[in-house]
Amino acid sequence: MAMKILAVDDSASMRQMVSFTLKGAGYDVEEAADGKQALDKAKGNKFNLVISDVNMPVMDGISFIKELRTLQDYKFTPILMLTTESTDGKKQEGKAAGATGWIIKPFNPDQLLATIKKVLG
Amino acid sequence: MEQFHQTFFEESFEGLDAMESNLLELQSGNSDPEVINTIFRAAHSIKGGSATFGFNEVAKFTHVLETLLNEMREGQRAATPQAVNLLLESVDVLREMLTAVRGKQPIDTAQANATQQQLEILLDSAAAPVTSSSTLKASTSAAGWQIRFRPKPHLFMSGNDPLRILRELGQLGEMHIDVDYSALPGFNNFDTETSYLGWLLLLTTPRSKEEITEVFAWVEEDADLTIEPLAAQPLETVARQGGDRRVSDERRAAGVESTSIRVDISKVDMLINMVGELVINQNILQQIGEHFETNKLDLLQRALGDLARNTRELQESVMRIRMLPINVAFNRFPRLVHDVSQKLSKKIELKMSGEGTELDKTVLEKIVDPLVHLVRNSMDHGIETPEIRRTLGKPETGTLLLSACHKGGNIVIEISDDGAGLNKAKIVKKAVERGLIKATDHLSDDQIHELIFLPGFSTVEQVSDLSGRGVGMDVVRKNISSLGGSVEIRSESGKGSRFTIRLPLTLAIVDGQSAAVGNEFYIVPLVSIIVSTQVKSGQVSLVAGRGEVFHFRDEYLPVLRLHELFGAKPRDRDIHAGLLVIVEGDGKRAGLFVDELLGQQQVVIKSLETNYKRVEGVSGATILGDGAVALILDIPGLIRIAHQRQVA
Amino acid sequence: MEAVATKQNSGDTASIVTTTGLMQYLTFSLGQEDYGVDILRVQEIRGWHQVTRVPNAPAHMLGVLNLRGTIVPIIDMRMRFHLEKVEYNPVTVIIVLSIQTPKGTRVFGIVVDSVSDVLDVTSKDIKATPDFGTTVNTDFISGLATVSERMVMLLDIDKLLSADELAQVNAAAAA
Repeated sequence: MAMKILAVDDSASMRQMVSFTLKGAGYDVEEAADGKQALDKAKGNKFNLVISDVNMPVMDGISFIKELRTLQDYKFTPILMLTTESTDGKKQEGKAAGATGWIIKPFNPDQLLATIKKVLG
Repeated sequence: MEQFHQTFFEESFEGLDAMESNLLELQSGNSDPEVINTIFRAAHSIKGGSATFGFNEVAKFTHVLETLLNEMREGQRAATPQAVNLLLESVDVLREMLTAVRGKQPIDTAQANATQQQLEILLDSAAAPVTSSSTLKASTSAAGWQIRFRPKPHLFMSGNDPLRILRELGQLGEMHIDVDYSALPGFNNFDTETSYLGWLLLLTTPRSKEEITEVFAWVEEDADLTIEPLAAQPLETVARQGGDRRVSDERRAAGVESTSIRVDISKVDMLINMVGELVINQNILQQIGEHFETNKLDLLQRALGDLARNTRELQESVMRIRMLPINVAFNRFPRLVHDVSQKLSKKIELKMSGEGTELDKTVLEKIVDPLVHLVRNSMDHGIETPEIRRTLGKPETGTLLLSACHKGGNIVIEISDDGAGLNKAKIVKKAVERGLIKATDHLSDDQIHELIFLPGFSTVEQVSDLSGRGVGMDVVRKNISSLGGSVEIRSESGKGSRFTIRLPLTLAIVDGQSAAVGNEFYIVPLVSIIVSTQVKSGQVSLVAGRGEVFHFRDEYLPVLRLHELFGAKPRDRDIHAGLLVIVEGDGKRAGLFVDELLGQQQVVIKSLETNYKRVEGVSGATILGDGAVALILDIPGLIRIAHQRQVA
Repeated sequence: MEAVATKQNSGDTASIVTTTGLMQYLTFSLGQEDYGVDILRVQEIRGWHQVTRVPNAPAHMLGVLNLRGTIVPIIDMRMRFHLEKVEYNPVTVIIVLSIQTPKGTRVFGIVVDSVSDVLDVTSKDIKATPDFGTTVNTDFISGLATVSERMVMLLDIDKLLSADELAQVNAAAAA
């Protein structure tokens, strides 16, 4: 059974890149374009890992992570935020909301996979 | 990576459009925080994407832009008109940069740098470093590290796992692990969701302290952590140069045109549902067919009815995939009107309605230029300066109205203004000068207005730097009729003008009427038929040098016998035996002589040129219900032939 | 009308020749003569079906046909080669061919009296076209294959099409 990952980003190209890279490495990937969509998908599924952008319309990454952590199924699930170096403060905000860690944009597919492998073992 | 570029460019251009329209909102005083948030998010996404895909110049530029926007978003900086203007300019610069990058062309760095400098001046500080990875770092190294690591009890709640960290550390060198169980409670008090353990780790590794710290980056706040050298010795290390250099690989063959389409997922879902129904339908039909008995006739008929309905719905849904809201074309106008009215020192308010009206992507792309031309025309020649308007007793601010709606199988776009209207005397004078009409000709208002669409009417005098560009109204009309549409003007002196554009919703389907020519059938697009009539004696006369003409509403229309043009055998050569179909295209009319008109139907247009070639008088082909092919008439082409014959 | 045989057009003719020295030709007859077309160009074979005439086309251009949603021109080979005209009958077939052009794949059909079989031809079986006094313009014949007493004229469809109006007008349209 392949590990299931939820990739959340309002940028379609970013989402596609993440999804393509992870699928290539044998993970099952679902995509969502904002926090709200992601939350709905998370509720109907059990993901082993969630990767989420911070700045998104409708529901931003921070609120999403907060909400997700309150769900029983996602109490301990690793949640990684995608951030840029200019949003340093967001890291702590994200951590406070319940994020496991972060991946700093820009990243390339290899860096992404290395981080994911670290988390999922 | 290259396969994501297309999407990146598409969403980036959309992002720029969003930035632009929201900046204009900001300019007009909208203080909704979502406005600046949207602008920020767009810039943020472009920055993230461009950095990821290796478009470093774009990333660098957007970084400065984003920093400025972030300050505005956080309320640390006001969105002054100057700032917004600079931001609008930045949007333009970014658009050019992205266009260059997409076309694998070199970026105009001079322009980008100039704008970036202005942004930096506005930021009132030196440029912030773009990436920290490229800076040199002095660091200490050691034979190894002694690490005390005790996660706080709530560590698990963030989804972190100490084992992951130990595993990662283990990969950095040789590690000795001591576990501290001291905090472990008695079994009865044990909470599986709490972290009780601590570790003392002895790691032998050449890695720097920063690299070790990095492993703990996610849990720094959630643990007590000390990292001390095993046998310290200072060492200078240089962090590797970060960032990829992919740009050079990407300077390959350019392919700029957008050939893909982004489709709302709900449209795709609908398609999938319908195909599902079609499959069920097919199963039912198969079952009926396998053991057919006459008493199943009812069942068969019902299934066939379902099939017809499903097929029609499927067809509609597939067509809907190509449909985009006209807003895609409209959304450039707020900026255009903003810029142009400033340049012309006019006050113009743009009102838009029906932005959600959908039309075919191809039609949409091709209607943009004519629309821009007409809007500029209205601003340039229609709406007067505030001073003139005041003396005329009109409000200083002129109104430009852009609207779209569906009417029948068409989309109707109107561009109207409350400006001066067309100057009839001037038009007549010009048309006489250009030899388009005689000074003695007596023309109705509508006929005078029509003159502006004639080739050769557009004059140097009329061409300004805004609406001119050497393109006349004749080109606007030609472009619109090449889409199977029409454009009309209504104008009242002193009150304003209104251009009405009618377009087919799609280029893929046309409402047609079958016309019999001998034993052949042709499809006449319904939109071009004015009337069809049985010719009475005396209505068609043979004029020397002009061939046959038909007297129709004060006009003498050339008559084109389709059977002659197409080399078919007619049922009867007598013009009174068949029908004359009066058609209109490109503002001209002609009568087509056919044997008979048959039923109307919607037909799907197929290209004849894919495997064959262009055929004069024919615009394409379609497949009829029985699978046979019928040719679709090219009405503007036929009218051209008819009029050329007259001249000849 | 049901297709009586289909053959996916794929692969590269040249590579097949070099690796095996063997080429396969679909043979068909026109009057007393046997012709062959490279089987890799053959997309499908279907029975005769009424076509829609296209105005102002040369006589051998019979018209266009609906081939699963695509409009495909149909050429009468007897007329093309100025042979005596015959009535179309149940064995009259249309061979649907596809060729690669700079503008993409083009599909068209040729009407022939009947199809015979698929012929294996090695390069040594192929002889240059002699200048014999047939009615056929030898420009369109790439060679003559003699296999077990049968003589088959190998048709060069690229040349046929490029000499034909199809390609010419196409070039004009592209200009």
